Amino acid sequence: MRILHTGSAGTLESSDVLITVERNPEKGLVIELESISEARFGNRIREVIFETLKKLQVQDVKVRVQDRSALDCTIRARLTAAIFRAAGIEKYPWEELE
Amino acid sequence: MLYVPGNSAAMVKDAHIYRPDTVMFDLEDSVSYREKDAARFLVYQTLRTIDYEGVETAVRINGLDTPYGKDDIEAMVRARPNIIRIPKTEKAQDVTDVETEIERVERKIGLPSGTIKLFAAIETPLGVLNAREIACSSNRLLGIALGAEDLVTSLRTTRSKDGIELYYARSQVLYAARVAGINAIDTVYSNVQDEEGFLAEVKLIKQLGFDGKSVIQPNQIKLVHRVYTPTEEDVHKALRVLEAIREAEVKGSGVIALDGRMIDKPVVERARWTIELAKASGVIPEEVKV
Amino acid sequence: MKLVKNAAGREVPESLPGIGKLEPFQGAYVRTPLVRREKGSRTLPRLNKIVETLEQAVLKSGLQDGMTVSFHHHFREGDFVVNMVMDIIANLGIKNLTLASSSLTTCHAPLVEHIRKGVIKRIYTSGLRGELADEISHGLMDTPVLIHSHGGRARAVETGQLPIDVAFLGVPSCDLYGNANGFSGKSACGSLGYAIVDARNAKKVILITDNLVEYPNTPFSIDQDRVDSIVIVDAIGDPKGIATGATRMTRDPRELLIAEMAAQVIVASGYFEDGFSLQTGSGGAALAVTRFLREKMLERNIKASFALGGITSQIVKMHEEGLIKRILDVQSFDLEAVRSIGENRYHTEIDASYYANPLNKGCVVNKLNVVVLSAMEIDTEFNVNVITGSDGIIRGASGGHSDTAIGSGLSVIVAPLVRGRTPTVIDRVTTIVTPGETVDVLVTDHGVAVNPRRPEVLERLKAARLPVYPIEELKKKAEKVTGTPEPLQFGKKVVALVEYRDGTIIDVIREIHP
Repeated sequence: MRILHTGSAGTLESSDVLITVERNPEKGLVIELESISEARFGNRIREVIFETLKKLQVQDVKVRVQDRSALDCTIRARLTAAIFRAAGIEKYPWEELE
Repeated sequence: MLYVPGNSAAMVKDAHIYRPDTVMFDLEDSVSYREKDAARFLVYQTLRTIDYEGVETAVRINGLDTPYGKDDIEAMVRARPNIIRIPKTEKAQDVTDVETEIERVERKIGLPSGTIKLFAAIETPLGVLNAREIACSSNRLLGIALGAEDLVTSLRTTRSKDGIELYYARSQVLYAARVAGINAIDTVYSNVQDEEGFLAEVKLIKQLGFDGKSVIQPNQIKLVHRVYTPTEEDVHKALRVLEAIREAEVKGSGVIALDGRMIDKPVVERARWTIELAKASGVIPEEVKV
Repeated sequence: MKLVKNAAGREVPESLPGIGKLEPFQGAYVRTPLVRREKGSRTLPRLNKIVETLEQAVLKSGLQDGMTVSFHHHFREGDFVVNMVMDIIANLGIKNLTLASSSLTTCHAPLVEHIRKGVIKRIYTSGLRGELADEISHGLMDTPVLIHSHGGRARAVETGQLPIDVAFLGVPSCDLYGNANGFSGKSACGSLGYAIVDARNAKKVILITDNLVEYPNTPFSIDQDRVDSIVIVDAIGDPKGIATGATRMTRDPRELLIAEMAAQVIVASGYFEDGFSLQTGSGGAALAVTRFLREKMLERNIKASFALGGITSQIVKMHEEGLIKRILDVQSFDLEAVRSIGENRYHTEIDASYYANPLNKGCVVNKLNVVVLSAMEIDTEFNVNVITGSDGIIRGASGGHSDTAIGSGLSVIVAPLVRGRTPTVIDRVTTIVTPGETVDVLVTDHGVAVNPRRPEVLERLKAARLPVYPIEELKKKAEKVTGTPEPLQFGKKVVALVEYRDGTIIDVIREIHP
């Protein structure tokens, strides 16, 4: 999937996460994580982001994560929404998402 | 039935702790247009991940007449809630159309047809008039719910304390539900500060015959349960009725009397229903035989 | 028998067999320096202990390097006294002090500089918060801070284990001779329970007030005969930080859910009977329990013999309704409580030792039936952490937690199963403040757990059909929701010692890397 412009989803409310996705002109994945749960869950959050991006076949992307203690399912949801917004896609490939 | 805004990460993940009978994630009126996609993903992910510990799950989708309805169905069938709730149902066809879509996705993903149940919300005058055909429109339909906020505006009136303006709509919905053999659920009470007013309304709709109420705040749940839970006295009376029936059956007598009154079929039905409700509320243990 | 003529012109013996040496009268003023000298003169100023400036008071006290200074925390986030005094002490070039405050809060961040400059070398406190706590958690101090409970501090002070050289006590109302209380004044704080212990045991006592009142200032909490100097300043605290008008009960549905469940637990526990006694936390779910208990008390005509602890408007209201017979107040949280303690003889101020010192002749937590407490973490052995956050940083206080947990017949911990993404119920708490042996029941929004040490309570709760689970199951539920947290990376350096109420060390807090 190609990221066309910046896309973001989520909020800064408690238990949520605001994720912003944009193209990375230098190849590869960059994750910028700002989280109060960094010490205990930092690695897990990065893992979830990585897995989701892999599933959606997204490369060369910068992901900015402003976490407010979101659970894995919330992170996955917000990241997915942000990516589809950034890719300008409205026909969702549900088979691949499952 | 506890309403939970579908785009609220904090609320969707543990609304079940308040032990409503059903938790209903809303993708429709409580979600802005710009966030319809985000809410859809959030409810999908949460339903697939969180253990709701036996609380029934429902999702209110956007109507098929909106740009979001079809995607909502596609996503939500895959999310596998117990129920999908259709907003603003006006005729039987509205239900059938949604059912067809659900059926399609169920087949695609290999779910047995009929897995996902339906609820239809009646929120317009036309819907109220068509309540009977709506209630009988599908085998999947578990119940119909009244949505009063939009309705009273269409009627060109406002909501009042004693609810006279809703009398017809409530009756229609209730009768239609009974004819179809499904549940009738009353509308939300939006003034969350007014506990007394809420209680009065719950008592009213219980008296009318409704099976339950939509709530928008967890604090309202226990109030509904309080009104609907049979009292010790109610339970005691019901048990006596059922005991009398049992005795009569054993003795082979035809007419049954208790305390000088005849016990006929409706009395027995009501007694059985009271015991069901008592068990469901935890007032008496499940094991009690009737 | 040898007789000498004394200053009154009388002949008195210098010694007697069976009695020993005797001192002859030398004049009325010679041996009692504090009384007025020139009797009969009407132009002299009245005798008082007022000192012009705080600096003079410090100098007068003879404070030297290495000594111990003490403070109380009745002004909570509105305290000005600690910073005011420490700034003066720092300016005087005094160093290496031990600072013993009954607790410290976010407003005490300026102490960080004093620590860096060597003014403060050691700290004794019940709690730490904010920047000061952050810095200490990251290794600011060479000597570990000693965290003690309220009862433990009183024990340490009264046994001499924590000898206080100079106590600096902010007092909302004070007369010129040192009778002080917290009942009136713009900085009124109600009970001065923590200050009283210091006033009785410190070598020198300096009172700092912004409200000088007529002599004698009765009823007094601090007795004039304990006081060395008094300093009058513009403000000893910010009233908004000291006390709110009335404590607001939470409206958060989750906290109400937990509170209602906790009330049901108490009612079913066997400890809910006419004449029972109660202590609850001052906010959140712990305080909200009173709302639901009150309903049950009215329903069943059950009255409490007393309420203890940090007192809020909710407790005062229940007392005024006749539901609670007496109030024992070691800390008044809002202006309603302040009003009540000032007016009502059945709302009584108690000091920290009376409250919870385990080694005196009987502290009141021993008579407590039910206590409702909170927790940051609780483990499968029911050990409780109320001092370090899930990131390893100190941000809480030991307070009366371990004192009341052991003293009470039934100790109930209320807490959400998960906070944000942090599980409350875990395998092993980051820091033990209250040992699991003294914790009876945990109430969460996902169910209740009973310590296996209390099988009779477990039976009663099960009979009442409350949602009881083994604590391991609650832990698993929490982990299922949050995922398994990675262990914290602590350094080797010990930044704080956690002292149990009896003076023994129950746990340590190590440095956490930022």
